[in-house]
Amino acid sequence: MKISLIKTKQNHKGRIAEIAALPAMHNKFMSLGLYKGREITKLSHFGLKGPVTIKVGRSIIALGHSMAAKIILESE
Amino acid sequence: MIDKIFLVGNPNVGKSVVFSRLTGVHVVSSNYPGTTVGISKGILTLGRDKVEVIDIPGTYSLEPVSKAEQVAVSLLKDSPKESSAVINIIDSTNLERNLFLTLQLIEEGYPTIVCLNMCDDAGHRGVDIDAAALEKIIGVPVIPTCAVTGAGIKLLISRIVEFRVSGQGKLSHEERWLKIGKIVESVQKLTHRHHTLREMLEDASIRPLTGLLMSAAVIYASFRIVRFLGEFLIERICDPFFLNLYRPLVMKLSGLLGHDGFLHHLLVGDLINGQIDFKQSLGVLTTAPYIEFAMVLPYVISFYLVLSLLEDIGYLPRLAILLDNILHRIGLHGFAIIPVLLGLGCNVPGILATRVLESKRERFISATLISIGVPCVPLQAMIFGLLGGFGGFYVGGVYLVLLSVIIILGMVLNRTLEGLSPEFLLEIPPYRFPPLSILGCKLYYRIKSFLVEAIPVVLLGVLFINILLYAHLFEFFTGIFAPVVKGLFGLPKEAVIALAIGFLRKDVAVGMLMPLDLSAKQLFIAATLLAMSFPCVATFVILFKELGFKNLIKATAIMIGISLIVGSVLNFLVLR
Repeated sequence: MKISLIKTKQNHKGRIAEIAALPAMHNKFMSLGLYKGREITKLSHFGLKGPVTIKVGRSIIALGHSMAAKIILESE
Repeated sequence: MIDKIFLVGNPNVGKSVVFSRLTGVHVVSSNYPGTTVGISKGILTLGRDKVEVIDIPGTYSLEPVSKAEQVAVSLLKDSPKESSAVINIIDSTNLERNLFLTLQLIEEGYPTIVCLNMCDDAGHRGVDIDAAALEKIIGVPVIPTCAVTGAGIKLLISRIVEFRVSGQGKLSHEERWLKIGKIVESVQKLTHRHHTLREMLEDASIRPLTGLLMSAAVIYASFRIVRFLGEFLIERICDPFFLNLYRPLVMKLSGLLGHDGFLHHLLVGDLINGQIDFKQSLGVLTTAPYIEFAMVLPYVISFYLVLSLLEDIGYLPRLAILLDNILHRIGLHGFAIIPVLLGLGCNVPGILATRVLESKRERFISATLISIGVPCVPLQAMIFGLLGGFGGFYVGGVYLVLLSVIIILGMVLNRTLEGLSPEFLLEIPPYRFPPLSILGCKLYYRIKSFLVEAIPVVLLGVLFINILLYAHLFEFFTGIFAPVVKGLFGLPKEAVIALAIGFLRKDVAVGMLMPLDLSAKQLFIAATLLAMSFPCVATFVILFKELGFKNLIKATAIMIGISLIVGSVLNFLVLR
């Protein structure tokens, strides 16, 4: 089942199925290790369209709300 | 022959600390991505040879996103590969992510050495990397180091002659990640450990409820410490020194000069009831050193101590997450809080730090808001000194007005400027506790740079003002602007001089208000106006460099407009 990172529950793990970002941002996602097939864990989500934090490998990354909305996960 | 070595790595891997270790040149380092936004150069001596070492801003890949990353990548790409080499600095606690840039550098054919930094921290976190195995796989020397303690730096220097081009073919991004996965699997061993208190605090600070509670506690404690330490230094050290030791000496000089005359006016200033009053005499040897050393310096020390600690621990990016939502309303994202906090120390590094923001629009909004609404430490210290005696109400009032201006102006700029501000994508570093020597060194250099920049300007500024006052040359000037200052702001015409001097230095300008015998309400309006109107000349130069002439004019017009509006409104609300 595919689900947006925004709607994923806290502490939930999933593999990235799709990143709907512009090519320039794609490179940034890629260099941080966010690419199709990569497993990530959602750590927290700040209300009122606030940022989302995720764990990728050993890194913790914070993404703005609409950037997080561009990441679609394949939920296990 | 290699004559240039670039220090290249992801943001926040300790490049600047390695740079300081290699060259002896001090540069500011912190625990957040994007501390270095400019370039530092130093010389490394290798036997008889001298090699230039260049510390460049951190970047995650050779395809830059922010202005700081563009600086890094273009500098590297413009340099001929035959005569330049790369020391690629890696954060050992996060080998996987760092290897992306390493492999890109190797694929591009740069002669490279890998410096596996933060090895001690990796050990504490249960990460064990086989450096020899990694060296064999990637085909370039790999040296484990811990730059903050200096461990491994000698070995790094001794192997610098071994720069090697690995000659590995170019890969697509996906292929590179696949390769990284295999490398990490074969060279890195992770030992499972239970969560430490540090890791629990790291987790708590990025969750909404616990994060907010922690930020409230951190901000409150920071404010209390800055205030307590500043007041302690003033009351216990600075004031006793000036009043008991320094004043008798200058009084002797005053006697020698006959308590009057041009030279007395310049050096000692006016005697108040036959005695030097450091806040009012306005002499080059009285008020000028008192402002800098007894009113401003104590707060510079306490502010930078607290800021440096928060920077090095790695708390600031966490604050960025919490404030992202609010800052979005004013066209910025959470990371803009870092330039703002630096701006609270001095606007110049604050505006320079806006380079970490991705779009021109964000950089314009943040630089304009910092120069208008963020008071630097010298200015804040003077506001406390000036208004503190009338109670916290007026001091709080100045901050409240400035905060309101930032919010309202930010919202207006966000709605009126073309384009959208991008979202943030920020790596949150682990908490680290810097050795006291590193913290002390950073504090020393920040204080030294404040003194070197401030003292000459303050002394010359007060001298210049005194000459103009003695020759009654200000009267023409005050006459022109008196209608605005008197009519709109409700201030006496002499306040024009202070507002004009604000362009030179804000602390001197506030000092100029002290002898005017203004009421608390007038001082409140004047201090608020000084904070908002023209930034000091150093900030002006940086605004010009960072924004360009057209945007500088735009920012200045906004500044004048806002100052006129706020001054008039305050006059109407407070004085009438």
